[in-house]
Amino acid sequence: MLTILFDGIAYGMLLFILAVGLAVTMGLMNFINLAHGAFAMVGGYITVLLMQRAGVPFLLCLPIAFVGTALLGAALERTLYRPLYKNPHLDQVLFSIGLVFMAVAAVDYFVGSTQQIMQLPEWLKGRTEIGSGAWALGMGHYRLFIIVVCAALTLALQYILSYTRFGSRLRASVDDQRVAKGMGINVNMVFLSTFAVGSGLAGLGGALGAEVLGLDPQFPLKFMVYFLIVVAVGGTTSITGPLLAALLLGVADVAGKYYIPKMGAFIVYSLMIAILIWRPHGLFSRK
Amino acid sequence: MNTQTTLLQASRWKPWEPVLWLLAFAAPLVLPSHALIINEIAIVALFAVSLDLVLGYTGIVSLGHAAFFGMGAYTAALFAKHIHPDPLVGMAVAVGTATVLGALCSFTVMRGTDLTRLMVTLGIGLILMELANKLDWLTGGADGLQGVMMGPVLGQFEFDLYGRTAAFYSLTVLLLCFLLARRLVHSPLGGTLKAIRDNRLRASAIGIPVTARIAVGYTVAAAMAGAAGALLAQTTGFASLDVFEFHRSADVMLILVVGGTGWLYGGVMGAIVFKLLQDMLSAITPQYWTFWLGLFLVVLVMVGRERLMRPWTWFSKGGAR
Repeated sequence: MLTILFDGIAYGMLLFILAVGLAVTMGLMNFINLAHGAFAMVGGYITVLLMQRAGVPFLLCLPIAFVGTALLGAALERTLYRPLYKNPHLDQVLFSIGLVFMAVAAVDYFVGSTQQIMQLPEWLKGRTEIGSGAWALGMGHYRLFIIVVCAALTLALQYILSYTRFGSRLRASVDDQRVAKGMGINVNMVFLSTFAVGSGLAGLGGALGAEVLGLDPQFPLKFMVYFLIVVAVGGTTSITGPLLAALLLGVADVAGKYYIPKMGAFIVYSLMIAILIWRPHGLFSRK
Repeated sequence: MNTQTTLLQASRWKPWEPVLWLLAFAAPLVLPSHALIINEIAIVALFAVSLDLVLGYTGIVSLGHAAFFGMGAYTAALFAKHIHPDPLVGMAVAVGTATVLGALCSFTVMRGTDLTRLMVTLGIGLILMELANKLDWLTGGADGLQGVMMGPVLGQFEFDLYGRTAAFYSLTVLLLCFLLARRLVHSPLGGTLKAIRDNRLRASAIGIPVTARIAVGYTVAAAMAGAAGALLAQTTGFASLDVFEFHRSADVMLILVVGGTGWLYGGVMGAIVFKLLQDMLSAITPQYWTFWLGLFLVVLVMVGRERLMRPWTWFSKGGAR
């Protein structure tokens, strides 16, 4: 049972890293970006291809995936996303679906539609068992690694948001864009860097998750719903909300699939709809 | 000219409208070899018109409209397989279940922001897909529901291999639903829906029962989507998980946007353009045509939905928008 909880938490942490960029950009710019998963996929493919074709070690691949996707995110933000911030939501939905379709077909074309297999380094394979009986805790080393990395990232993000100058600028821009602009904050620059970091985190999440979630060209479509659930349920006003939502989602999904495999993803979706009907602005929003 | 005559004028039949429908009904006769694609266009057009009632007239961004489409398709296929092969009875049953589902789901789109509605509609579509996948003793699971035999329409017209009966059948259903939708959007009820779309707060301030009206609009749209799904299942004799897929909801939204929202012919026009384009592009690149679809979407939004449809505004600064 603890094993399931542990796997659920690892999964939830991963989802949080994948989705936190989406949460912040959505709160900041009120932009419904369905293409967030595409950035995660790019990160995943960068890692897998570098490891397979160039033999780059796994630990080095992770920062490369982060930087690569962040640069891509910055470029796209400046050229494509920025003109659309003021457009109605329908436009944004259409635009980002279009991006997803293009990403899916392009990856399919260049890399092929088969699922990519990730070769983990030796020290990340294997499991440690603690305890016995019903309370046995089996920890896959890789999952432990994911939890550690994601927890460190979460703390770093929380620190940046709460204690640095950039963090306070960002929070000011989220709260009220116009006033922030009036106070001399370069809101465009804040947007750009946030978007880039958010996409970079998604890329890092995709790289970390390639082994756990599976990586194929359909990735952005398959996990789009999960990211959106995290954001919609967690709310966009803080990062604690999405964190709790992601953990809840991860545990519910893993436990649901383990105990009632017949129901499949059913539980997660029903839970989401119930929560959203009950609290349309998310579980942890301030409104 | 007073307000009443203006309003009446807006709802009057334009001279080109009957011509368009005559052309549509003549098409399977003139181009018998293309009857299958005409059938598909009619189905997709009906689906797009139903989404227009939700998106264009009520202003709810829905990514899960395929839920009702799939519900109609599976109901029609199951009904024909297990109970009675008559298409019209099957159609009525399918529309009935889709209506009930729509009425239930309409409670989920009342509250919240665009994002919440998007998620809820998407979630309902996914739940139904999971359901159809897991209930494999009933629906055949991932293999789809096979072995559906349809009886002749009205006991006279057999469905043939060339799809001529299918095309006429679908066109007739499309016309009937279209007339209903047309009547609806030009009625006072339709007026209140548009008011809700434009400004919900003000609409409720002048005494429009917002939630009740949204429920009605959403339910009618669900019924029509169910009819479109039933048409697909009946004319192909097959229902698979594909009817619930996300891309179906996304495609129909694209169709509607290409044709123009808040204009009933938008769905019809969009369906014609989209299906022909899909036919053409997938003949060139069968696997990667979604790339061009995506590119088209991105360009469409960047240029502006309004402007792309009005080429003469392309070169004037700050034109239509």
